[in-house]
Amino acid sequence: MAASCVRTVGSFLGKCGNCSSSLNTVTSQLSRQVLSRQICVSTALKKNLAAGGPEKFTVEFIQKQVEEFDIGKRHLANMMGEDPENFTQEDIDRSIAYLFPSGLFEKKARPLMKLIFFPLHEAVQWGADGRPFHFLFYTGKQSYYSLMHKLYSKILNIEKHQDRMRAKGLFSQDTKEISLDTSRWLTKEELEVLLVETISSNNYDRFIQLMERLLSMPYCNMEEEFVLHYRRPLEARSKKQMVPVPERDDKGVAFSTSDGRRKTSNSSVVLRDCGSGRITVNGQEYLHYFPVLQDREQLMFPLQFMGLLGRFDLQCTVSGGGRSSQAGALRLAISRALLSFLSEGEQETMRQAGLLTPDPRVRERKKPGQEGARRKFTWKKR
Amino acid sequence: MAARALTRGLLGLRHSRTVTLTYSGGHHYATATSVKSPQPQVDEYTDKILNQPLQKPDFFRVSELFSLKDLFDARVHLGHKKGCRHRLMEPYLYGCRLDHDIIDLDQTVEHLQLALNFTAHVAYRGGVILFVSRRRQFSHLVECTAKDCGEYAHTRYWQGGLLTNANIQYGSGVRLPDLIVFLSTLNNVFQQHVGIRDAAKMNIPTVGVVDSNCNPSLVTYPIPGNDDTPVTMELYCRLFKMTISRAKDKRRQMEILHGLSAPSTPSSCHE
Repeated sequence: MAASCVRTVGSFLGKCGNCSSSLNTVTSQLSRQVLSRQICVSTALKKNLAAGGPEKFTVEFIQKQVEEFDIGKRHLANMMGEDPENFTQEDIDRSIAYLFPSGLFEKKARPLMKLIFFPLHEAVQWGADGRPFHFLFYTGKQSYYSLMHKLYSKILNIEKHQDRMRAKGLFSQDTKEISLDTSRWLTKEELEVLLVETISSNNYDRFIQLMERLLSMPYCNMEEEFVLHYRRPLEARSKKQMVPVPERDDKGVAFSTSDGRRKTSNSSVVLRDCGSGRITVNGQEYLHYFPVLQDREQLMFPLQFMGLLGRFDLQCTVSGGGRSSQAGALRLAISRALLSFLSEGEQETMRQAGLLTPDPRVRERKKPGQEGARRKFTWKKR
Repeated sequence: MAARALTRGLLGLRHSRTVTLTYSGGHHYATATSVKSPQPQVDEYTDKILNQPLQKPDFFRVSELFSLKDLFDARVHLGHKKGCRHRLMEPYLYGCRLDHDIIDLDQTVEHLQLALNFTAHVAYRGGVILFVSRRRQFSHLVECTAKDCGEYAHTRYWQGGLLTNANIQYGSGVRLPDLIVFLSTLNNVFQQHVGIRDAAKMNIPTVGVVDSNCNPSLVTYPIPGNDDTPVTMELYCRLFKMTISRAKDKRRQMEILHGLSAPSTPSSCHE
């Protein structure tokens, strides 16, 4: 009885594995969408594929894959004893992690059961009579060249507009400029994703040149929306230190929280502006937690440096690492928390002292053929 | 030349790709009588729609689209300098004035009529027409013309295996163009465009505007004329657009008139 159950489960699993164990998530905002290739395919299927050439991702194929995925999802829900109707993607992930436990480090190499839609590239590009749909099909890179064509048409339009304005006598150089400071051009990879095609670096350079030419014309704000579609916002990379915001708790005492890291230790510190100098680490007194003087000195140093030893109350939590690294993590967290109670000049002195710099040193790995990270095996002349 | 004489009266366009591939000089042997559809129910369609335009020499009246004066006003007769002259273009030249070659417009008129007639017949039969030009000045114009006609254009860098390696570049079962129209037969370094040679290899007929520095030998329907002036290019584009639109409209009219429609898949096209 048990054996037969296992066998049916196995056959179901096999079926699920065949059809949908490697399809990934739907991103429905992509208008042209197709499934990724099945990674895990039975040998019979593989033979057919090799004979027929690369697989064509037509609309029917996508629909078939979606149906198979739904059926597999319901089987999985049945197997796990849960409701097939309300089986979400998180449940699927959980079930697959339970049924196929994997010790692989790379998350992407573990067994997966999701639907991913890649942009439609391999779909058939011509109709039943053989005539291609796009008028630039025979160039090979139809989306890229149609983009260039459209861009050039826009440039010609703007020139015609300029001529009309000149004829009317209303031509002026000082029209509204498109704001370009906060954005950058799409990179070549992003453009390839947008166009669904590979383009060469020459093609990309030409595209950027043509865009710059468009932007150099006086009335380019007519095509602002089109241009901004091909720009991405620049991530703000400010060099200023993020000062933690000081809050007030229910007793009216100002406090600030911050984190710190050193080697493999993580710490979090709540700095209260009480007036006493009590320090608690992981619920214990700091004298108990750090018996060694060196660690306690590390802890005190930020406060001692600014001369604010008796003013603050520290409540710290720390985990991971060893004695020294925990002390270092706490020191960094305390310095960061202290920033909100200091003026600009004092913050600058803290920075100069190196209290705010996270220590980047981590343990170097051991290499094969050597005893340790740097130590080599004993060299014998013969 | 002999080929053109044969096609003049009958305008024997090969009905399907197989006929072309079977005979080596396919296009001028595929007369109307030799093209017999295998299925009996298609014969009526073939007779009424496909064979009827072949009865008259100028069914689409392309000679009415332009006159010699139009060509002269559009400066079609202006060739390059004597030093750039290609030896094989000498029969088409009227003469040389102050070192500038003048193209014989009488011959141009005949060739242009043949070429437009052929294009019209190809468009009538639903053929794929590809406009090729490697001149950057007119690339946008040519692409717009193709888009307006509902045909195809290629005014960009020609990748080597576009015609000869099409199955691998585009996917299997792709349909190659049935006619390639070169609005300028030279590429950006003043050498003959690769497309002419490739079309000849793949048995695709070509129509080409050959200037006095071009080689007309591999072009099926050469049109001796200027290819450098904007006015001339606009004239050519307008003429081709008008012929193709006329031919397609005529096709729609004939289908409605006879109440027939084409067979849904070209039956022997992909054998």
